[in-house]
Amino acid sequence: MSDVGEVITRVHREEWARVVATLARRLGDLDVAEEMAAEAFATAVERWPVDGVPPNPGGWLTTTAHRKAVDRLRREVRREEKHREALMLYDTPEPLGAIDDDRLRLVFTCCHPALAMEARIALTLRMVGGLTVPEIASAFLVEETAMGRRITRAKAKIKAARIPYGVPFREDLPVRVAGVLTVLYLIFNEGYLASDPEKEPVRGDLIAEAIRLTRLVRDLMPADGEVVGLLALMLLTEARRAARVSAAGELVNLDEQDRGAWDRELIAEGHALVRARLAAGQAPGRYQILAAINAVHTDARDIRDTDWSQIVALYDQLVRVDPSPIVRLNRAIAVAELDGPEVALAEVDRLPLEGYHAFHATRADLLRRLGRSEESRAAYDRAIALAGNAGETAYLVRRRDQLAGP
Amino acid sequence: MAQYLMSVLNESSDLATADEMAAIDVFNEQLQADGQWVFAGGLASPGSATVVDARDGEPVFTDGPYLESKEHIVGFWIIEAPHLDVALRLAAGGSKACNRRIELRPFLANE
Repeated sequence: MSDVGEVITRVHREEWARVVATLARRLGDLDVAEEMAAEAFATAVERWPVDGVPPNPGGWLTTTAHRKAVDRLRREVRREEKHREALMLYDTPEPLGAIDDDRLRLVFTCCHPALAMEARIALTLRMVGGLTVPEIASAFLVEETAMGRRITRAKAKIKAARIPYGVPFREDLPVRVAGVLTVLYLIFNEGYLASDPEKEPVRGDLIAEAIRLTRLVRDLMPADGEVVGLLALMLLTEARRAARVSAAGELVNLDEQDRGAWDRELIAEGHALVRARLAAGQAPGRYQILAAINAVHTDARDIRDTDWSQIVALYDQLVRVDPSPIVRLNRAIAVAELDGPEVALAEVDRLPLEGYHAFHATRADLLRRLGRSEESRAAYDRAIALAGNAGETAYLVRRRDQLAGP
Repeated sequence: MAQYLMSVLNESSDLATADEMAAIDVFNEQLQADGQWVFAGGLASPGSATVVDARDGEPVFTDGPYLESKEHIVGFWIIEAPHLDVALRLAAGGSKACNRRIELRPFLANE
């Protein structure tokens, strides 16, 4: 019995997106596809413990869901003949050669730029990830009814505005892929550094979901360097999770982490992806550069072995792709290791990041290293006031209280 | 095929410049050549509007637009497109041509 339960959980994880995606194409209606997929899984929960697990569970679910959809459409057509019109598929763009997979269509539809970012995230987790509305609501600390409305509204817009169920035009592809990666990275980051002080500092469920979805997108578009880069970046970040939070729930900085607690398997996989991208010999985008930076960090057995000149060189490359102040702030942190805190502080002080907690946390650390305790304390106070993450706040408070007395 | 309304938004009622007019003509010709044109037109200033309410019998006329706002609709296109990705491209082309923001909105599908 519990074995069947486990099978259903696994099949749900592996097959949900495919079932929804196939139905959405056949029916031309995302809403019905989702509902019928959910009903098919409910039927599986009833039937499989009695009848046994079918040899091809994914096929069984798709067939069951499709049959339910057809039954329902027949009932509706009988009720009102002219509904037949509404059931017809609308045109979708021609598939783009090799990357023709219904799940990819589903990803692009859920991440469509005509939808608000929070709607894209919710829809992707529901339709592609198979998370339930209550699960998504609790992940983002939103009322269940509000999250339900958000998803319903997004589906209604897809239908009314005819957001296509398909892969974008070739010319739009780079921008649209970047849009998908933004959604995946936002999901990952919410898990990696929850922005709400009420929540756990690190949320393994969201991280796992983001990695799973990114793996799926990588499998669907294996030639896209940025997709591979994002996956590598996530793996190399996730590899350090166990060392990133102390027993007391405090975030632990890279220089204080127990590197023995890093996940060697994830690091090996991340490094292999980064090497493959380097071998491809194409100009890397931001995710590939960020992954390379993390590869250098995870290559060092000890913080003192870190190749800081390599890291600064990669940040220089990143600044050329993305000259935002936050990137320059991170570059300055690496510069501090290479050229000393004074040089780094001069760079940091030029950045317009007054409202960003990491700006003040960085200044506080540099000022501390320069022996300017009083200024450092003031900067820690600013950082603590602005930080949202509980583990980060705990870390900052400890560092501030370790400063020499006034 | 679906139809979309492309409303041209502007903060003033200034008419299109000669350059903008020329770009709009080019854009319109392309729409017609591609079979995506349904209708288009520019509107006189909001001050020339009259609100008419005949719900309670005798029509009541009120001078001026129904809503005072910073931005208003100064013109529109109705276009035909198979789906939103095509409509978004046309809206981008229209926005560039007339040098103004555009609100793209689908017509209700006739089910």
